[in-house]
Amino acid sequence: MSDTDIVCYRLQACPFCERVVRRLQEYGLDYESRFVEPLHSERDAVKRLTGKRTVPAIVDERHGVTMSESANIVEYLDRTYGDGDDGGVA
Amino acid sequence: MDLDFDIVDLGPADHPEAGEQAPDFTRPLVTDEYWSDVALSDLVARDDDPTVLLFHPMDGAFPATYAWKEVRQRAWHESATVVGISISTPYAHKRLIDERELGDDYVLYSDPANGVAETYGIAHDLDGMAGVSEPRPAVFVLDDERTIEYAWVATEWPDFPDYDEIEAAIE
Repeated sequence: MSDTDIVCYRLQACPFCERVVRRLQEYGLDYESRFVEPLHSERDAVKRLTGKRTVPAIVDERHGVTMSESANIVEYLDRTYGDGDDGGVA
Repeated sequence: MDLDFDIVDLGPADHPEAGEQAPDFTRPLVTDEYWSDVALSDLVARDDDPTVLLFHPMDGAFPATYAWKEVRQRAWHESATVVGISISTPYAHKRLIDERELGDDYVLYSDPANGVAETYGIAHDLDGMAGVSEPRPAVFVLDDERTIEYAWVATEWPDFPDYDEIEAAIE
């Protein structure tokens, strides 16, 4: 279990994951990184959560949200933690 | 039969002793599914059971294989949280977990820069592997506040833990 609000499943050196992590950092969110294997077949932990084996995937306990696909996640983070409704930070 | 081989004397190590509190650290903790940064203080507090902190040579070296075979055979996970630590990467730990069939019963810390061994006073420069330092073989049994109940650190190389003694400490 983690005492942070957001768990981020990621793959080392995956640019889509870095994109999500950068957003988490921009919004100053406390997150736990869980690194998974390059082999898709080894990613059962992610599959159990999202139904898919792709990363990045996040679990945001505070809002009861679990999702994958970096574009979706970034959009969600902007909407939930961003300042305005323009979906981005300067 | 007279076996002709050399054991290297490592001399005494300046490590924390029974009764003292084991130094805390945070390193990637590798499970059979993923790895994430976990503090030793959080790991020991997860259950009421004692924690066995098992320092071993890099994954793939035979003492690492032997240690996990022994631990698994003795099913220490039933009475303790057993966590290995070596300088191997999380990827190598994942392979070890698969090969030794450790499943979700055992976990391993990854410490490639050997900082934890430095902190514990048990770092050991490897002869013939330039620039590589790893922990001496060592075992610490901890309670849920990291108080050391049992400590063993190799003073020779190679040397192996006394599994019966450790078992007595966790039961």
